[in-house]
Amino acid sequence: MHELSIAYNLVEIAVETAEQNHLQKVDVLHVKIGVLSGVVKEALEFSFDIAAQGTPIEGAKLVVHEVPLKIFCPNCQKMHVLKKPIPLVCPECRQRTGEIVEGKEIELYSLEGGDVLEPSD
Amino acid sequence: MSQAIKQPRIVKIRENVLKKNDMLARELRKRFQENGVYVVNLVSSPGSGKTTLLTEVLTRLSNKYKTAALVGDLATENDAERLEKSGALVHQITTGTVCHLEAQMIEASLKQWNLAEIDFLFIENVGNLVCPSSYDLGENIRAVLFSTTEGEDKPEKYPTIVNSADVAIITKIDLADAVEFDKERFYESIYKSRPEMKIFEVSAKKDEGIDEWIDFLIKEKNLLGGQSIN
Repeated sequence: MHELSIAYNLVEIAVETAEQNHLQKVDVLHVKIGVLSGVVKEALEFSFDIAAQGTPIEGAKLVVHEVPLKIFCPNCQKMHVLKKPIPLVCPECRQRTGEIVEGKEIELYSLEGGDVLEPSD
Repeated sequence: MSQAIKQPRIVKIRENVLKKNDMLARELRKRFQENGVYVVNLVSSPGSGKTTLLTEVLTRLSNKYKTAALVGDLATENDAERLEKSGALVHQITTGTVCHLEAQMIEASLKQWNLAEIDFLFIENVGNLVCPSSYDLGENIRAVLFSTTEGEDKPEKYPTIVNSADVAIITKIDLADAVEFDKERFYESIYKSRPEMKIFEVSAKKDEGIDEWIDFLIKEKNLLGGQSIN
């Protein structure tokens, strides 16, 4: 399970970015995971909570957006989204293609958060 | 107690989570190229015959080339001991609980060697068909190994690693008949995730296809303009 190692990288980038953008508190992390990235969504979600413990983003929610496989067919000269990651064949003309446009990413897409409201007395 | 937030904001990042590994891998690739080292990353399940094939390849290459091997394993150093008999420089990376090799482990292990003296470096990844696929180690070529005994549809079950590889090697091809290995079905299974991939068929025990694999590596190395011996 390499998701834990990925989760630590994720937390590190999120903490750095939050600091640079003066986000005092991070509520949500949006992550894009390609179907051919080799990352299992549930394993990443599980690992994230462990990796975030004791960091400034502890308690933030991880939202995983799965990215389907998009290929370019050299025959039709068009891009197609595949329903399943394999086989890598054009759904229209059945041409095999290794040209993957999307679907392999492991990407931290955005953070949601803001400044903490000072308690008023 | 949860803290309230005033003026919620969204910060777009769009950053590759494995950026750190990829950047280090790029640096390694540059160092390898500058020193004329051709690097092969071998990935497979446990027991597919990586070490047996590698021992044979290293033994043959070591006649003409300076070879080295980095071997990833969870716990033991048995593989390194087997490989040392070939005359190659061998270093074992014991990963503990980590199921794959990362670029930073490679970088740390290279410190003991003078890269300028090495022609071929083989990285034997941890036996695992899932996790190593995401980690670029700065290699020139990634070879995924499947043995005939694992069944012809195994590549379909691991499309990510097949797609990330450059060539496939069928090992234990001498057992193909005994286990009724359907070669055509296997090729089809590979092409589903990596159309047109080059596939080698080898048997380390019966000396089949090894020279073809070695010749391919030498040719690839020479194409890259690495230092040639002749």
